[in-house]
Amino acid sequence: MVPVFFGVTLVAFGFIRVLPGDPVEVLAGERGVSPERHAELLAQLGFDKPLWQQYFSYIGDIFQGDLGTSLITNRPVVEEFFELFPATAELGLCAILFALIIGIPAGIIAAIKRGTWIDQGIMSISLTGYSMPIFWWGLLLIMLFSNTLNLTPVSGRLSFLFDVPPVTGFMLIDTLLSDEKGSFLNALHHLVLPSIVLGTIPLAVIARQTRSAMLEVLSEDYVRTARAKGLSTYRVVAIHALRNAMITVVTVIGLQVSLLLAGAILTETIFGWPGIGKWIIFSVFSRDYFAVQGGLLLIATSIMIVNLIVDLLYGFINPRILHQKSKS
Amino acid sequence: MALLEIVNLTVDFATATGSLRAVDGINLTINEGEIVAIVGESGSGKSVGMLALMGLLPWTSTVTADRISFDGQDLLNMTEKQRRKIIGKDISMIFQEPMTSLNPCFTVGYQITEVLCQHFGGKRKSYNKKAIELLNQVGIPAAESRLNSFPHQLSGGMCQRVMIAMMIACKPKLLIADEPTTALDVTIQAQILELLIELQQSHGMALVLITHDMAVVAETAERVIVLYAGQQVEQRKVKELFDNPKHPYSEALLNALPERAQDKLLNAIPGVVPGQMDRPKGCLFSPRCNYAQELCSEEKAPLKDGILCHFPLDLSKSRKPKAINVETG
Ligand SMILES: Nc1ncnc2c1ncn2[C@@H]1O[C@H](COP(=O)(O)OP(=O)(O)OP(=O)(O)O)[C@@H](O)[C@H]1O
Ligand SMILES: [Mg+2]
Repeated sequence: MVPVFFGVTLVAFGFIRVLPGDPVEVLAGERGVSPERHAELLAQLGFDKPLWQQYFSYIGDIFQGDLGTSLITNRPVVEEFFELFPATAELGLCAILFALIIGIPAGIIAAIKRGTWIDQGIMSISLTGYSMPIFWWGLLLIMLFSNTLNLTPVSGRLSFLFDVPPVTGFMLIDTLLSDEKGSFLNALHHLVLPSIVLGTIPLAVIARQTRSAMLEVLSEDYVRTARAKGLSTYRVVAIHALRNAMITVVTVIGLQVSLLLAGAILTETIFGWPGIGKWIIFSVFSRDYFAVQGGLLLIATSIMIVNLIVDLLYGFINPRILHQKSKS
Repeated sequence: MALLEIVNLTVDFATATGSLRAVDGINLTINEGEIVAIVGESGSGKSVGMLALMGLLPWTSTVTADRISFDGQDLLNMTEKQRRKIIGKDISMIFQEPMTSLNPCFTVGYQITEVLCQHFGGKRKSYNKKAIELLNQVGIPAAESRLNSFPHQLSGGMCQRVMIAMMIACKPKLLIADEPTTALDVTIQAQILELLIELQQSHGMALVLITHDMAVVAETAERVIVLYAGQQVEQRKVKELFDNPKHPYSEALLNALPERAQDKLLNAIPGVVPGQMDRPKGCLFSPRCNYAQELCSEEKAPLKDGILCHFPLDLSKSRKPKAINVETG
């Protein structure tokens, strides 16, 4: 945990400073700024000090619970983060849900029908999905569903016609809590395309992983026992085999979470989704050192928390782990 | 009428290197309440033959037979669904590896009550008492608390007892035990065998005991079937076979028994069971046979009175098989 923490802070700190330019230049924009004034402003912000000093003050602040203040909006980074986080979490959850709902059954069917054209079909589609660049895929879907078919909105989380007060930050919940009629469906409508785009790669990975885990599990002795009991194929596959296959699949889902956040940056940019990904990109482009430093650390922390949850879930479906833990 | 009748059962596997015949024309008749042993070295097709009967072979296998009938029903021309009503209820099977044969994700109670639900319907919970009763029957102490145990919390012997409890839950007419004790240590082996025999008698069920241990056969079974490389080489009453083995392979198996060793050394059978590639042209056992003659390696052995051999032995006539051995070998 500790090495991970220092690794993340170092990367967050170093990455933004490696990029050419600095916040003052960006703020000044095309008008430019005189070299004297430039140096003065940098000194005001503390960016004239040696790097190691800047790093230690960054770390020192973190230990005091201070992740800095955005240079652009002048608001605490933590505050901005938690304001935007629900939007990303909502998108990520819907994407994973989409990936699971389609990926697991697809993997199971491919495993049961192994070697047939159904299996080959599912696996080639999944390989295509896996190698699809998110940006291109997103634009393709927008062109088809929004521009040509006019089925889905192009960007944002909710139409401007609705006025929904933020309670949880999760639009699907907030719209249900508000008394704006039709706002829930509208929010759902906005979620569809981004979730599909963000969920495509996890979907492909989950389908492949489910297939290979199922293939392995289906040849286990206990599956033969289940069949020897005269159970229906459904029970053998969906109860006896799947439960065991899920143990490996859950680990993979855990690994997908960090990739999902990387994908969220692109997806949010394409769909104008006001979440962490778009915010981080914006902060990087405006060389908002503090927002990037603090934001990346918070993102890393949330990934770790999600992985922890996945670990707990893992113990929950794998009785062997559960009992080891309760003993020690 | 016989409980189970299998005529000319053959199993082929499709493998990467071509087709592999794992079982080659087995005939088997089992009467109600009878104990029949199937013996043979590793790889002789004992498990595959019985798994074929249960319909449990993987999809790469092709099973053919002239007839498989159980209790008056034709198992061969039955749909999967019809067969599932019999499997686990009237015919059940316990396996070689108790530790991996139970599902690690479900409790012992779940796995036992599940089979009862499947065949008798109703709620799983309503069978808890029955499950405790079954666990008591198979000699598991503190049965009630064991219901909530997971398989990894049990020893191999305990797992095998749970398997047995699960497989006798529906009072089968035929129980197939595929080397039920091979994976267990010696003291437990005897206990499990004893338990099986005891259950066989109290339930009046027929028992097929697969083993490669001739000593076990002598202690338990009434009849014995000797398999070699997928072929049934001899089928006799146990006592007759032990007194007077007709097939050289049966004799070799008997001679491999420690108490029969004539010299200080064990009489292990030289060589191994032929595989897919090195199947001999004539009698499959001929390369390893002490009595093999020219004909044996050229022509397939004929089946006479349940014995698959060109030159069946007859110890009642000549008490000195070793003499022949010297002449021909
Ligand atoms: N799924 C399979 N695919 C291909 N070949 C198989 C398969 N299962 C078994 N075989 C082959 O069938 C033959 C018979 O195997 P089987 O398991 O019946 O032997 P066995 O007599 O039970 O031996 P053991 O004493 O080791 O259990 C072996 O040569 C084995 O390699
Ligand atoms: Mg076997």
